Amino acid sequence: MKRLLICGLFFAVAACGGKTEGGDAAAGAPAGDASAAPTTALGGGSVTGHVKFDGAAPTNPTIDMAGEAVCQGKYTSAPLDPVIMVANGMLGNVVVYVKSGLPAGQTYAVPNDAVEIDQQGCLYHPRALAIMVGQKLIIKNNDAVLHNIKAVPTKNRPFNISQPTAGMTTTRTFTTAEDDVPVECNVHGWMHSNIMVLPHPFFAVSAADGSFSIKGLPAGTYEIEARHTKLGSKLMTVTVAGDAAATADFAFSASGA
Amino acid sequence: MATTAGQLDGLTIESGHAHAEAQSFVRKYIFSTDHKIIGIQFLLMSLLFLLLGGVLAMVIRWQLGFPSQPMPGGGVLPETMAPGGVVLPEFYTSLVTMHGTFMVFFAIMPLLVGVFGNYLIPLKIGAPDMAFPRINMASFWIAVPAGFLMLAGFFVEGGHASAGWTSYAPLSARPDLTGVSMGQILWCVSLIVLGLSSILGSFNYITTIVNMRAPGMHWMRLPLSIWCLFVTAILVLLAMPILSGAIIMLLFDQTLGTHFFAPAQGGQPLLWQHLFWFFGHPEVYILILPGMGVASDIIANASRKPVFGYTSMVVAILGIGVLGWVVWGHHMFMSGMNPTLGTTFMISTMFIAVPSAIKVFNWLGTMWMGNIRFHVPMLHSIAFVSMFVIGGLSGVFMASTPVDIYIHDTYFIVAHLHYVLFGGSLFAIFAAITYWYPKMFGRLMNPFWGRVHFYLTLIFYNFVFFPMHNLGLKGHMRRIYDPNEYEFLKGLQGLNTFISISAFILFTVQLIFAANFIMSWYKGEKASANPWEDNGLEWTVPSPPPHGNFATIPHVYRGPYEYSSPLVTEDFLPQNRELPGDSSPAGHHS
Amino acid sequence: MSWLMPHGSSTFVGDIDWLYYLILWVTGIAFVFVEVMLIVFLFRYRARKGRKATYYHGNTRFEIIWTSVTAVVVVVIGILSAGGWNNIKGHDSIPANALSLAVHAKQFEWLITYPGADTTLGSADDFQVRGQLHLMVNQPVAAMLTSEDAIHSFFIPAFRIKQDAVPGMNIRVWFQPTEIGEYELGCAELCGLGHYRMRATVSVHSKEDYEKWLRGRAALAATK
Repeated sequence: MKRLLICGLFFAVAACGGKTEGGDAAAGAPAGDASAAPTTALGGGSVTGHVKFDGAAPTNPTIDMAGEAVCQGKYTSAPLDPVIMVANGMLGNVVVYVKSGLPAGQTYAVPNDAVEIDQQGCLYHPRALAIMVGQKLIIKNNDAVLHNIKAVPTKNRPFNISQPTAGMTTTRTFTTAEDDVPVECNVHGWMHSNIMVLPHPFFAVSAADGSFSIKGLPAGTYEIEARHTKLGSKLMTVTVAGDAAATADFAFSASGA
Repeated sequence: MATTAGQLDGLTIESGHAHAEAQSFVRKYIFSTDHKIIGIQFLLMSLLFLLLGGVLAMVIRWQLGFPSQPMPGGGVLPETMAPGGVVLPEFYTSLVTMHGTFMVFFAIMPLLVGVFGNYLIPLKIGAPDMAFPRINMASFWIAVPAGFLMLAGFFVEGGHASAGWTSYAPLSARPDLTGVSMGQILWCVSLIVLGLSSILGSFNYITTIVNMRAPGMHWMRLPLSIWCLFVTAILVLLAMPILSGAIIMLLFDQTLGTHFFAPAQGGQPLLWQHLFWFFGHPEVYILILPGMGVASDIIANASRKPVFGYTSMVVAILGIGVLGWVVWGHHMFMSGMNPTLGTTFMISTMFIAVPSAIKVFNWLGTMWMGNIRFHVPMLHSIAFVSMFVIGGLSGVFMASTPVDIYIHDTYFIVAHLHYVLFGGSLFAIFAAITYWYPKMFGRLMNPFWGRVHFYLTLIFYNFVFFPMHNLGLKGHMRRIYDPNEYEFLKGLQGLNTFISISAFILFTVQLIFAANFIMSWYKGEKASANPWEDNGLEWTVPSPPPHGNFATIPHVYRGPYEYSSPLVTEDFLPQNRELPGDSSPAGHHS
Repeated sequence: MSWLMPHGSSTFVGDIDWLYYLILWVTGIAFVFVEVMLIVFLFRYRARKGRKATYYHGNTRFEIIWTSVTAVVVVVIGILSAGGWNNIKGHDSIPANALSLAVHAKQFEWLITYPGADTTLGSADDFQVRGQLHLMVNQPVAAMLTSEDAIHSFFIPAFRIKQDAVPGMNIRVWFQPTEIGEYELGCAELCGLGHYRMRATVSVHSKEDYEKWLRGRAALAATK
């Protein structure tokens, strides 16, 4: 009986210890600290390319921002939700990343620079992002209105925080790789973004002109995937030789995969 | 002291602790089974929580008075609560939740039931201690971890519970809707533990009052404070398990994947409300009845006159106890429940105004033709009556279902509940603490500072809460972080700021009471056995009473309010004083 | 600090405001009566040298009188309230010609579905608007309230209407605006951190303006 009680007490203390991480997960940023396990050095190779969009660009939905005058006032015409961001036949907001091919058991240093998501004009900029486990995500509010940032991952710990004033920033990190962490604002129901959490730093998000560049790759053969929140994903095998820059171009169309 | 407490019905009552030698400090003051020590332990714990609840209110009022301004000293709060000292909306929702939770469960309830139930019952009925002294000790020591659990919620990720002290599901059951998970779990577990403490206390009180009254202490000779505590204890015993049951269901929904309150899987959000308020309405009578009881005792004493209509006072107490079970739906008029229930609950709610009105008229009747002494406890009792009247009258508005459509969930309700809980219960608590302080600690609280505290509190309290009626009338909703989001509320900022500043002053004034409480303990004028010239049995023993209370079991010859009796020259006549012509009590059962 | 109800613009003003004022008068009189009596007693019966209190235990007759009066007053108020309650919330109270709307509450916005030109909800010409309630003056409206997540409460102070929106329930609430103008809808049940901002504008139009708005909306929907 006594043994059971002591075990129970131990268990309770251990369970409690896990919970009281404190409010701001970034405060310690324990995962991915460069000073932790020895990491493999980055290589000199890279994969660059463009993401095209074939066919006529679909019309993005119009957002009725009448309920939020502060944001509505930032637009000269009715704002659109850039779900499918096509410009001159090129597709932005596509996450391009190394799906496989990295040597097993290697860990890589977490990039020092943070990934930023900005709330501007009651829209998330960017609408899609990729981040490494342990890398800092800086959430900024550039609107003089209340936004709340609700992330609903399944493998990571969810969070729901508010930023009532312009200029506020909050930092968060993710502890586990996850394909899709949807982010939404409940005050402005049209605001959506998607975050992909990767276990390594070899990823990029295509810019408005469709260009992307994944740097620091060691030599090897990799499966590169390009993924869009709505249009599906495309796979390509790419060989990176030494310090060379390999090319990979992707094409999406309205019909999806 | 004596090791036996005398004969009752042929039973030899051990005082529960056969010892002739002195107990260690720990047995005497920490793990004590003496109801008086336990009462004082509850007093110290509850006063701390009262202070904490007040601090939370100050932060709420800061945000409402000076929206989104950095709070002085707010820099000590973490970024998750108030970055740069500016209160965040999610922190605000947990503030209103925890202010209510601390005040209802950890301040007012233990102050009235835990403190005065424990302290007064054995003394006033002529018993050496409670029926179950060790269970009594357990009741306090179970409340302590409940308090720690509730405090812990501020330190966990996601922050503390933030679905209101009423914790409506599904908001409270779903961390994805609030961002709070551990905090809500701690809230639930803490209240389950506290419920256990209350339940243990309540059956102790009931058993003691039923079985351990001194010979001659018939039911209709009991002080009204004891009647109130008796009915309150029955309410606690019946109501707390319901809350515990509801909270267990909520806890399971949150942690075990059950769906009691989750509609998508067949659960019912309204079930939570029915269960909570079925507990919740008796709970509010738990929070006021002991206050009414001590007010009766003190008003009779100060007026030097018997309570007007003792029998109907008892009937009113019983009436409140019974009727309190059939009015819970008046908290749910807008909930979406069948509108016919709205009408039935309205009728029962209208009826429950009657026993409270009886009591108010009888308090006035007690003062009428009295010879009133304005000692500090009487000042507080007068405030209790007059403020409770306001709270009770404002209740009529919300009892009328059409009017409630407008004022439900507005500051009109906040005004009402603070008039009955602060204007009512808290003034009664100040009265009771001041009155029984000399009995507890052997010294009187300083009367000058007592008056200063009283008058300032009364004035600023009304400055804070009276205008809330008007806020509510303008449509100012409850629990909102910044009313300026609404055009129709924009003009009310001035009133909100006025209320906030008054609240800061009100809070500061309470430090006078705290200082008086602490300093009188070692500097107060030494108290005789009966400084108020009261008739109760507790005033026939030294201040403080010895372990076991009475050297010999008292015999009771009359009721507790025989002030200005023609039988004696003094204007008071203790219950146990034998006069020529009094018949010896035959046994303690009526 | 006024005790007046703010100006109301729906037919429910007739059901509610008079009751409020009745209760205000009754409780006001009771309040003055009790508090004045209290103050008078405290003054008249204050302790003075040589005085004694009167040894008096009560008067059953007075008690019966004031208890009965209180009971009658509150029961009458209850009876007088029943009609208005029935009129506003009763199952059969919704006028036959009420226009149907669907009001969907979610953290932290109101999504209102209009039935379009055919005035039938659930048909192809329905459209949804976020945060804007458009109404025609003197036209009764029956809104079906639903909620996606927490309990919210549909509160338009100017129309004297409040009704909780409960997830898993479809609750009908009806009202009839009587004056053209701009009003506000707020949430009156704590629903999370954005509760204080869960607002919608309420625009009551003349018949012509309402139809113009409706046509404009239909045209917008057609372009999608």
